[in-house]
Amino acid sequence: MSVFFILSLVVSADNTKGNPEAGQRVYARCLACHSLERDRTGPRHCGLFGRKAGSVSDFEYSAAMQKSSIIWDADTLDHFLESPLTVVPGTTMGFAGIKDENKRRDLIAYLKSASESSDICP
Amino acid sequence: MSTLKPNYPSLLEETAIKARRKFLMQAGTATFSATAVALLSGCTSQVANAESSTSTDQDVRILNTAISAEHEAVAAYQLGAESGLLEPGTLKVAVKFQGHHKEHIDALSSAVNSLGGNPVEAKTAYNFPIEKLKQQSDVLEFAAGLERGAVSAYAGAIPIFDNRDLSAAAASILADEAMHWAILRNALGLDPVPEAFFS
Ligand code: HEC
Repeated sequence: MSVFFILSLVVSADNTKGNPEAGQRVYARCLACHSLERDRTGPRHCGLFGRKAGSVSDFEYSAAMQKSSIIWDADTLDHFLESPLTVVPGTTMGFAGIKDENKRRDLIAYLKSASESSDICP
Repeated sequence: MSTLKPNYPSLLEETAIKARRKFLMQAGTATFSATAVALLSGCTSQVANAESSTSTDQDVRILNTAISAEHEAVAAYQLGAESGLLEPGTLKVAVKFQGHHKEHIDALSSAVNSLGGNPVEAKTAYNFPIEKLKQQSDVLEFAAGLERGAVSAYAGAIPIFDNRDLSAAAASILADEAMHWAILRNALGLDPVPEAFFS
């Protein structure tokens, strides 16, 4: 943990190097609409990294999201989560965004580890 | 059934009517002649549709996403109520909270209607983690998670409504869901109000 923390300070420009534990607390803000393993009001987050935006087959996305041609990675997520409505105008994700860049970095670190964990996302 | 009409629907309806009026007035000043011609020929709704502002569309999308989450909350409380895991006193509170969520849906839906949109319906089935609900505290934790999320969802919607009156209405719903969350945490033996700020 402490090694991880030092690393995160050294390479703080890298969006995947946030603190996933702090990020899990930020993820509480997403839990009205999302879960990792199930589609709800928003699509599931398992398998998010490397996925094309709007591509979970049984989820009904907005046309805007489907046409966005975003591939989700730490950078595109950082951009989108700061201000979803301006990055994808017409999105149904009616959410102002996470404005604090450190919180976003923690959140993205959590999303990365959780969405690829074989326990949560079989 | 209570005969007292709740405040939210009237507030929201009023808001939506005001928004439409303001919109028509703005459309009127910007493109007077086209609007006037259409108004004179009695096509007011066509005017509104033809010049439908994207900000109104966006407000409808935000409202509909909130309605979708509220439908899920109603279904979740239904699951909890039917689980047989809740003690009678807790069950009563759960049913009451479910009633609030139903009122939120009615209020938000009438706002969508007044803005010329179609409110989303509930899904036919929700894929809840039923296997994890084995005792009363599991149900309460599950409900508390949804209410915690709802506080953030409304906190994230309030700044982006184009119509500030919709923001005010969303804030009144947020307050209700925050109270639910505190009560559920209390019932779970957790600090009901763990922090000074939530977003
Ligand atoms: C009010 C409900 C709501 C909240 C809160 C919310 N989302 Fe969303 N999210 C949605 C919806 C609805 C979509 C689908 C958007 C579309 O199709 O335009 C979505 C889409 C997404 C996508 C695109 C996924 C894909 O498969 O292309 C990501 C990533 C995402 N959300 C992350 C988050 C994160 C992280 C949070 C918390 C900070 C969050 N969302 C909060 C409703 C929400």
